[in-house]
Amino acid sequence: MNIHEYQAKQVFAKYGVPIPKGIMVESVDAAVEAAKELGGPIWVVKAQIHAGGRGLGGGVKLAKTLDEVRELADEILGMTLVTHQTTAEGKLVQKLYIEDGADIKDELYLSVVLDRKLEMPLIMASTEGGMNIEDVAEKTPEKIITVPVDPAIGFQGFHGRELAFGLGITDKAEQKKIISFAQKLFKLYMENDAEMIEINPLVKTGSGDFLALDGKMGFDNSALGRHPDIAAMRDLSEEDADEVEAAKYGLSYVALDGEIGCMVNGAGLAMGTMDTINYMGGTPANFLDVGGSANAETVAKGFEIILKNPKVKAIFVNIFGGIVRCDRIANGIIEATKITDVNVPVIVRLDGTNAPEAAQILKNANIANLIVGDDLGDGAAKAVAAAKQA
Amino acid sequence: MSILVNKDTKVIVQGFTGKEGTFHAEQCLAYGTKIVGGVTPNKGGQEHLGKPVFNTVAEAVKTTGATVSMIFVPPAFVGDAVMEAAEAGIELAVIITEGAPVKDMQMAKAYATKHGMKTLGPNCPGIITAEECKIGIMPGSIFKKGNVGLISKSGTLTYEGANQVCNEGFGITTAIGIGGDPIIGLSYNQILPMFEADPDTHAIVMIGEIGGDLEIQAAKLIKEQITKPVVAFIAGQTAPKGKTMGHAGAIVSGSAGTAKEKMEALEAAGVKVVVSPAEIGKAIAEVLGK
Ligand SMILES: Nc1ncnc2c1ncn2[C@@H]1O[C@H](COP(=O)(O)OP(=O)(O)OP(=O)(O)O)[C@@H](O)[C@H]1O
Ligand SMILES: [Mg+2]
Repeated sequence: MNIHEYQAKQVFAKYGVPIPKGIMVESVDAAVEAAKELGGPIWVVKAQIHAGGRGLGGGVKLAKTLDEVRELADEILGMTLVTHQTTAEGKLVQKLYIEDGADIKDELYLSVVLDRKLEMPLIMASTEGGMNIEDVAEKTPEKIITVPVDPAIGFQGFHGRELAFGLGITDKAEQKKIISFAQKLFKLYMENDAEMIEINPLVKTGSGDFLALDGKMGFDNSALGRHPDIAAMRDLSEEDADEVEAAKYGLSYVALDGEIGCMVNGAGLAMGTMDTINYMGGTPANFLDVGGSANAETVAKGFEIILKNPKVKAIFVNIFGGIVRCDRIANGIIEATKITDVNVPVIVRLDGTNAPEAAQILKNANIANLIVGDDLGDGAAKAVAAAKQA
Repeated sequence: MSILVNKDTKVIVQGFTGKEGTFHAEQCLAYGTKIVGGVTPNKGGQEHLGKPVFNTVAEAVKTTGATVSMIFVPPAFVGDAVMEAAEAGIELAVIITEGAPVKDMQMAKAYATKHGMKTLGPNCPGIITAEECKIGIMPGSIFKKGNVGLISKSGTLTYEGANQVCNEGFGITTAIGIGGDPIIGLSYNQILPMFEADPDTHAIVMIGEIGGDLEIQAAKLIKEQITKPVVAFIAGQTAPKGKTMGHAGAIVSGSAGTAKEKMEALEAAGVKVVVSPAEIGKAIAEVLGK
């Protein structure tokens, strides 16, 4: 789960990670009020969306007067921001963060992320903050300092010194500040089961202080149960409505551009099914994993969600039963045809646990539009053919 | 022969008396797996599925001589359960549970490694040596005995792959689902050499997915160490680009983790890469020359 910059900064503040003062607002008037409260003399008006690259996309702007704050708030609020991390359609800006303008001397980069190879968190830092850090990593990898921290020992002094010296910080007072900054950040990473924290830029101000000007945070979904305060920060409006609806029924759904709706058990087989459709000259309309506890109700819901997409010309149900029992899926399909008007051909391939029972159930039900696929290849070929005929 | 487990392997179940644990332990027993007992705190002394229940793993190991544990405890308790197994001298923990916090797995795996305990999973279908020993949740009936080893991140693709191999008239030595979580136990690079060393395994099916770079590492190892034919499929060629925020993840892995990148690396390592999982069976028939 990802959170907004303003929320990440709330978490930073709780742990004593220094940030500029700022206020989240949802209207232009509130933006001006917030600016008055902050006092100025410079403000930054920042679009709050779950994506990076807002600055380049025109979602982060500097204001020198209250009138400018009003103008910029009016311009950015309600705009659709397209950045390299959003889709081509972009994201609607519904919230703004009004922040004190910082006196920037140097822009650094600092992040904490899981290193899957080392199987422990990794702190990354660079003197090349502010710009596109992936370019830095590619062109001048020596400018990225990496410090793995074994959670069994936690953040030690030597970790901090590696960072400070690596960043070329020679002033002792500044060394102390950056080490304390990183130590607090690591602590909040561990204590909140964060998946990723990225601060770009982390700035050094004219007075030699370090401030987090940006804050991106993502969390391990599996651990949200023990962090109700973090879980409460979820912003559903940042997520796809169909995906959220599907998740309520234990379905994992992602819409795509093609014509063949897919309903599959297991993420791997679901992707494999899409790949097979593509390989046979068709186009998948969605990714849909019905999960391990699929039953008649969830299958019916799956059909409903798939059929909402007007582009769908055929549906391929591909189940390899392990924990999922094929007879239940078969009943789900029959149920679904009663509840929803399934007006496209449905190609069904059921294999694995209780597959013979399922075949019998489907045969007895005698549903029009239903085509049986013998195996993955056969099912996919029939689905592609059916979509082409439609 | 086979790798890691066989008909003599003694297995206990952590989370034995729960709904999932019970259902699958029963299936494993029916398959022929030597389940010698289980662990559920405060139910020690009882009997379940005709096997003794213990309060602790240490007690279970001492009494039964079990070397493998199949773990079904709820997600929040997985880390604890794995560490308990390691401490008690279990040699391999097969973690079926889905949704264990990543931080817990970091700690637990480091602890397991320190104690010399291997782990599989979490969030995996388990391991099966055909017609001998099933430790996990896969439908046992599709795994016919034969000479193909199988490793897969995805559970259902494990079934799909094994089913095709068997439908072509071949069979499986051992099939292993390694799981796709950020922190997993045994992976391609530990398991591939085991198949290489197993005289009964003549070919290997490797099934991967987009994300991470385990398959790229495997390609390197295959080039250097594996002489047996390998057939690979990477799921997710048509998957939409994942939603990203921030750049740290991509920088640390040093790769975008795309299917294309992985398929090319494997091909360059001499692996027979198929574009659709529907081609796995045929590809095995080709490399085994029948
Ligand atoms: N409080 C502030 N005071 C002064 N300048 C700021 C402030 N906040 C942001 N900026 C400037 O705006 C730029 C863009 O802001 P920020 O990094 O928060 O958004 P972003 O474009 O989404 O980030 P990224 O490109 O890392 O995804 C910063 O690099 C910084 O130069
Ligand atoms: Mg930034």
